[in-house]
Amino acid sequence: MSVYLLRRLIQAAGVVLAMSIIVFVGVFAIGDPVEILISPDADQFERERAIIALGLDLPLWQQYLIFLGKAVQGDLGRSFVFNEPALQLILQRMPATLELAFAATFGAILIGLPLGLYAGLKPNSVGSKAIMAGSILGFSLPTFWVGLMLIMVFAVQLGWLPSTGRGETVEILGTRWSFLTWNGLTHLAMPALNLALFKISLVIRLTRAGVRETMLMDYVKFARAKGLSPFRVTFVHVFKNILIPVVTVTGLEFGSTIAFSVVTESIFAWPGMGKLIIDSINVLDRPVIVAYLMIVVLMFITINLVVDLMYSVLDPRVRLDSK
Amino acid sequence: MRNSIRNAALVAASVVVAGLPAAKAQTLNMGVGSPVTSLDPHYHQLSPNNAVSDMIFDKLVSTDSAARNIPGLAESWRAVGPTTWEFKLRPNVTFHNGNAFTAEDVVFTIQRLPNVPNSPSSYAAYARPIVRMEIVDPLTIRFHTAQPYPLMPLDMTNVRILDSETHANAATEDFNSGRVAIGTGPWRVVNHRSGDRIEFARNDNYWGDKPAFERVNYRMVTNDATRTASLLSGDLDVIDQVPTSDLARLRRDPNINVTETVGLRLVFLGLDHLRAADENSPQITDNDGRPLGRNPLQDVRVRRALSIAIDRKAIAERVMEGAATPSGQFLPPGTYSHVPGLEAPEFNADAARRLLAEAGYPNGFRITLSGPNDRYINDSRIIQAVGQMWTRIGVRTAVEAQTWSTFVGRAGRQEFSSFLIGWGSNPDGSHPLRNILATYSRDRGWGASNRGRFSNAEVDALLTESLSELDNEKREQLLIRAQRIAAEQVAVIPLHIQTNIWASRRGFTHQARVDELTRAQDTRPAAAR
Repeated sequence: MSVYLLRRLIQAAGVVLAMSIIVFVGVFAIGDPVEILISPDADQFERERAIIALGLDLPLWQQYLIFLGKAVQGDLGRSFVFNEPALQLILQRMPATLELAFAATFGAILIGLPLGLYAGLKPNSVGSKAIMAGSILGFSLPTFWVGLMLIMVFAVQLGWLPSTGRGETVEILGTRWSFLTWNGLTHLAMPALNLALFKISLVIRLTRAGVRETMLMDYVKFARAKGLSPFRVTFVHVFKNILIPVVTVTGLEFGSTIAFSVVTESIFAWPGMGKLIIDSINVLDRPVIVAYLMIVVLMFITINLVVDLMYSVLDPRVRLDSK
Repeated sequence: MRNSIRNAALVAASVVVAGLPAAKAQTLNMGVGSPVTSLDPHYHQLSPNNAVSDMIFDKLVSTDSAARNIPGLAESWRAVGPTTWEFKLRPNVTFHNGNAFTAEDVVFTIQRLPNVPNSPSSYAAYARPIVRMEIVDPLTIRFHTAQPYPLMPLDMTNVRILDSETHANAATEDFNSGRVAIGTGPWRVVNHRSGDRIEFARNDNYWGDKPAFERVNYRMVTNDATRTASLLSGDLDVIDQVPTSDLARLRRDPNINVTETVGLRLVFLGLDHLRAADENSPQITDNDGRPLGRNPLQDVRVRRALSIAIDRKAIAERVMEGAATPSGQFLPPGTYSHVPGLEAPEFNADAARRLLAEAGYPNGFRITLSGPNDRYINDSRIIQAVGQMWTRIGVRTAVEAQTWSTFVGRAGRQEFSSFLIGWGSNPDGSHPLRNILATYSRDRGWGASNRGRFSNAEVDALLTESLSELDNEKREQLLIRAQRIAAEQVAVIPLHIQTNIWASRRGFTHQARVDELTRAQDTRPAAAR
């Protein structure tokens, strides 16, 4: 087990290193941050001063080595735009994004699993057909459109929910959380639903397919023949076996929700990391982009690890240290 | 059905609106389209930062909504000698923490400008002409310059004054955390959540007009459609940068009040003046795609043809939905050193074809017109329209739109033959002249944004003369002459000046500003009008 963990950690370090090189070269290739950040009426003298102030006068490899040297000590550089440590900027906004991602993922599981189960057990009922048709919509409607429609209907026309922003927050352990206040919850509802829509559909389809496949398995037939109650057959024997694909996909989806909820965050003016990264890319704020992507890589690696560990719990046939 | 829903919503909305002023009028909710990056007034020169700085701090010289200089922390100013400016400071002004404002604070501020670490775009240029500062008495300060420097009052409209005591060792982070975001301005910072919102409270000891609201919730809502929706839903009271696609609808809405003014931002086309007449311009070929062997843009007749081939009125009305004014120069009418009688070039496709033929291109040539797609209002649609208009006179135009971060670097390396770009002027002709129309020169610090590398000795000479002319009338004539020559030479092809637009809910009125700044002190309850 510990060997397995160690190997995963070394892999992680390698991926993070590769990521930082790619981002460094990538940002360099896109353009010059100074051209974008500097006031248009700055003269040549002022431009050169800014280039030196941001450390962009050195050759790229030298900039990279300096960055690497500091990164080893836990300093991922200062944002060009905010003049604050990049890591701190990202961590400040992480709770908002985590909150949204958790709300969306839990929503997806709470709504998607029962619906998928129903659709799998009673594939020919009218309800199942409606659920499956609905899930196609959930898949195919673009997030930004759904988000705007939600705002138009629930905020502008009906006036039930606030249109944008994060609302009141409660501070716990130095971070702000909005799901603990009613006002915060009303602000959370629409962006979370918008993010969850795709996931709900995904979970429904995975669950239904899994249930339909598993119901035909010999052990299910045997369990029935043995006279077990339908409830026990469904929730112990079937349910456990369909969870593996659901857990895998939900885990990865959770990662991408955190990393790439850019569209939802910018439509709902949700002050999370997605909004920070898109703003940073627009002005080529390299320290923030690098730090952000490194965190995302680490996060995906962690999520994959957790998913692998959960497999071994769900399916005894999976061995972690299999060679 | 749809109508009844709409009507129901309207009724509901008006009930909400009617109910609100009593309950909520004390807090003003503003939504701005561009994020504020710092509360340090000397860290990053950027319009959104300047707007917020204007709420917290004051300048020696302020500007009114038409960008004319008005007294700020200085009650009056004059040149007492050829190289000496004297500012008489306003008495009895205090900072938010009670410290008194004196000449010491001005000296401290000017000294801090070049010393803000890591600044990506500093205010140091405003301190550079000053060689020595002299405190005559606590309320009188003199700036000594090496050469006569007529732009001193204009420069001072960009410098927000700090407190020598409070800000002695203040770093940018201390401003951002709100701890030392302390000025003499009409609003105090209560809470700052970077990239999300800034909460302000009224400064009850403000020396000038008292703001109308007790608190301000200044929110950054960067998505255009969301910003409009939040205004319609009543979550925001005032928004800026109203998208042109929503304009017609908002104008019709009885619960929405749209205020607008012609701005100071000219959208224009830059042309390749760098390649000599007998060189190839990078994106120009003959009609078969072969190198032309010469740069047609060096011929003023070609430049003029390209200019009059553009139907600016159509662009302003159709592409910009009326939110632009066709222009033939950088500054709008009524501004200092606006060139009188220089109108937007008249659209005339036949004359353009004749000019091309005279210049030796009866069948035209091929060119690529580049531009950003995320910088100016409807930028990529404008270049598409211009491309079609040019093609109509025989100049077959390919249009290439790209993101600003890529575009601006390429434009700065002279990779384009023609490109769309914008310029937000200070209300003084020397500003566009020096940055865009003057010959590129590192030593003089001129032409830093002259990406087409236009160069004209006469323009340079007039600009030089104007920069040491302290008589405002004479200086204006020099600037007008220089701009007129540049226009005759078609240094750039001006298209239009953007209109700055704000929208507010019924019950609020917002004073539009030509400098694009969105400040809470410009919003008043409508009843107070």
